Amino acid sequence: MSFTETFFNAKVMLKYLPDILSGVVVTIELALLIVVTGIAAGLALALLRSLAIRPLNWLIVFVVDLFRSLPPLVVIVLIYFGLPSVDLSPSGFVSTWLSLAFVLMAFSEEIFWAGITSVAKGQWEAARSTGLSFGQTLMSVVLPQALRLTIPPLTNRTIAITKGTALGTVVAVTEILGQASSAMSNSYNPSPLMMGAAAYIVLFFPVVVAARWVETKFAWKR
Amino acid sequence: MQLIVDARGVHKYFGALHVLKGVDLRVTERELVFVIGPSGSGKSTLLRCLNRLEEPSAGRIVVDGIDMLDPRTDLNRARQRIGMVFQSFNLYPHMTALGNVTLALRKVAGKSRAEAEALGRAALTRVGLADRAGHTPGQLSGGQQQRVAIARSIALEPRVMLFDEPTSALDPELVGSVLEVMRSLRESGMTMIVVSHEMGFARNAADRVVFMDEGAIVEEGPPGVIFEKPAHERTRAFIGQIQRH
Repeated sequence: MSFTETFFNAKVMLKYLPDILSGVVVTIELALLIVVTGIAAGLALALLRSLAIRPLNWLIVFVVDLFRSLPPLVVIVLIYFGLPSVDLSPSGFVSTWLSLAFVLMAFSEEIFWAGITSVAKGQWEAARSTGLSFGQTLMSVVLPQALRLTIPPLTNRTIAITKGTALGTVVAVTEILGQASSAMSNSYNPSPLMMGAAAYIVLFFPVVVAARWVETKFAWKR
Repeated sequence: MQLIVDARGVHKYFGALHVLKGVDLRVTERELVFVIGPSGSGKSTLLRCLNRLEEPSAGRIVVDGIDMLDPRTDLNRARQRIGMVFQSFNLYPHMTALGNVTLALRKVAGKSRAEAEALGRAALTRVGLADRAGHTPGQLSGGQQQRVAIARSIALEPRVMLFDEPTSALDPELVGSVLEVMRSLRESGMTMIVVSHEMGFARNAADRVVFMDEGAIVEEGPPGVIFEKPAHERTRAFIGQIQRH
């Protein structure tokens, strides 16, 4: 068998195209859920942390460090196989979503927090001296400046973690890689894997390009 | 004359460091008080205690009849009446000059966007920067930035303005424009407390000069007296050092 027949077998590709496409849909759903909930939760934690309530901050730092140090796959497996023992049985989809959202939450909290603390103390003082409250200062003065600084590291981390949706295969999520590898074992041919790879490129390349555009748009001179 | 600032027995500790050792400062309406002294003498800390950017350790501070240390005082409301200008300008870099000036008008004073912009433009006109309303701080010189910062404070119509070394971060050729604005503020009757080393300005604009050293007021009086015939040796030594360059 030639190289093309092995890796780009038209018959096999045509047969499994619908499966791969349904995998793409699952991956997109999963990725969107992870990005929206993970970043929102990370931002919420960073804002909570700025209130400087000591016991709460210890808890936040502990949770964040925990999820930053655990491999995402371990978190997925723990949630999928561990939660049933407390009478919760999340599906593979929900387990993957929650796990990666927790991991993204942890990393994005650190990124948002770094952004908030990098804003000069004088900005807080100027705003508070005009009568703005803590919350108004945070929202109108500090956060807009912090967010610009967070965009490059945040987009990098978001892309890295959303690619982790492929880890969902181990808990039977029918996303791109899951579809591709089962198609590969059914057809005894690696062409579906090539389609899967192509699907990831088609999916993530525009995201990477968009991230670059956002980074340049939000860079501003002092 | 109405008393605008009445600070009594103000102490401030930073850990074990005793930065203010029972300072009394009274400033009446329309008065311009200059606070001078060596670095580390507590001038800036005193200023920052007046609007509670710094928490005094002990004492009593009343500004425009409001007890600043009373826990029932709405600090955000009280601070509207106390303008503050910083050495490093501290303009919001993500907003235009007009945005900087109107933020507190909208969020604190509760003005509509249109009202706030009218007041903001009026304030920028007072500091001679009406034509720079749409510029961001990055597009302005240091002197212009500091004048926008002054506009940001005066737009709220404060009862007293605190200046914390307003010209120290400026190139020499830009100092004049800021002093010019301060002079016109004084002529409009603004009550001002100025921490600064601009002795020439102090000499011809200040009503009273307060000399601080090691966290206490050593002596105070009209600029002519403090600069020409200071009563204390420490004041004499400091004035001598300042005037030598």
